[in-house]
Amino acid sequence: MRPSRHTSNEFELELREIRGQLVAMGARCERAVQLAIAAFLDRDEAKVAEVVAIDEKVNQDEIELDEMAVRVLALRQPVAYDLRFIASTLKFVTDLERIADEAVNIAERVETLKKAAEVPPVFDIPKMGRLAQKMLREALDAFVEGDEERARKVLTADDEVDALYSETLRAVLTWMSAHPNDIPAAMCVASASKYLERIADHATNLAEHVIYLEKGDDVRHRRSPQ
Amino acid sequence: MPTAALPTKIEVQNLNVFYRAEKKAETQALKDVALEIRDREVLALIGPSGCGKSTFLRVLNRMNDTVPGARVEGRVLLEGEDVLAKGYDVVGLRRRVGMVFQRPQPFPKSIFDNVAFGVRAHGLTDKNEIVRRVESALGRAALWDEVKDRLEASALSLSGGQAQRLCIARALAVEPEVLLMDEPTSALDPIATARLEELIHELRADLTIVIVTHSMQQAARVSQRTGFFYMGNLIEVGPTKQMFTRPRENKTEDYISGRFG
Repeated sequence: MRPSRHTSNEFELELREIRGQLVAMGARCERAVQLAIAAFLDRDEAKVAEVVAIDEKVNQDEIELDEMAVRVLALRQPVAYDLRFIASTLKFVTDLERIADEAVNIAERVETLKKAAEVPPVFDIPKMGRLAQKMLREALDAFVEGDEERARKVLTADDEVDALYSETLRAVLTWMSAHPNDIPAAMCVASASKYLERIADHATNLAEHVIYLEKGDDVRHRRSPQ
Repeated sequence: MPTAALPTKIEVQNLNVFYRAEKKAETQALKDVALEIRDREVLALIGPSGCGKSTFLRVLNRMNDTVPGARVEGRVLLEGEDVLAKGYDVVGLRRRVGMVFQRPQPFPKSIFDNVAFGVRAHGLTDKNEIVRRVESALGRAALWDEVKDRLEASALSLSGGQAQRLCIARALAVEPEVLLMDEPTSALDPIATARLEELIHELRADLTIVIVTHSMQQAARVSQRTGFFYMGNLIEVGPTKQMFTRPRENKTEDYISGRFG
């Protein structure tokens, strides 16, 4: 439930500004992940540069949003939904910033891949990429729409990405033993799948923040151990 | 929070309060309020001006008796006994249920006589006992160190924060079981407010405290449970922690987060 307008216009504007920039930061992260996966699969250095540029902007977003949120805490002493919104903002920006970092990590593998004599197969990376991107998009949409149900669905999707990661890792190890000269390139594939798995984890965190924001319900670390 | 285990100190049932200004229709200040106040808890009451929270507070030690045109219905059980019942010992009630007001109102007397006032009014004459009560009350009100060398000085020489602690000492001297506080920090600066909040925290060891406050933050700092009044109705009462982060009622949410009117 998102409450109505504030009596204080200025406070209202501050909250809207934060919300607006959070949404913009989220959109930049989505774009960074999408470009990073494309860069990796196509070994496209132009896209790598684009990811790095987006990451710089995301880092800036993190600093600015932290500052705005702390300012609201200090000046407005928010409570109830507003308090949860500010608390979630501080967590949101951390996860988003990490997502952009992981996108850079994926993109940076391109350099090593280009040097390889034989390029290893990418196994389930495209599928993992699609799933991780979907989780990120769903978490961000759930935030924008204040849709707790939608956020809960993201939590369950994470298991599939984890399973794909394990499979990919096994497949890469097998390929390595047959291609001992191209282990650095194979490592790139293993790493990329790890980064995608981490992006899915951060998307899960985002969804958890949305549930807390909308319901005041802390669902972190509640799922049974696998 | 262990408040759930605390026994009930005061139980308010079906409380209705009406006021009649001269020649005007009667207005209802409280509507069917039911609320349980637990022993040794701090209960905060919040709500916009005119919502009935101060009226509620005043009913608890029958301060409304002195308001012309006020009519009270319902039951207020202090340890099971209805304090609104005819023939109930009101003087005795006010000894058990003390009150501290918005603006500190020291009497134009010495610091000592201010604190001794209630004790003497309740008939205590033993000088040594009076001295013991005054010193103990000033100690509990965290004022002793600041005034111990000038007990005969006028209470009017005290600062606002000191004067408010003096009024608390005055209330404590008669050794009440419940202390009612009506916006006790609204006339104090932030440091004096912090000291008073700290004091509330300490007093809770052996007192039940009901505090009316305009500040949700203050309610959050000092109380275990909070009740929200709006237009004479008790909208919601619950653990303060929950009221602060996730109130159940939209009206509470709107009020505490500043989305009213």
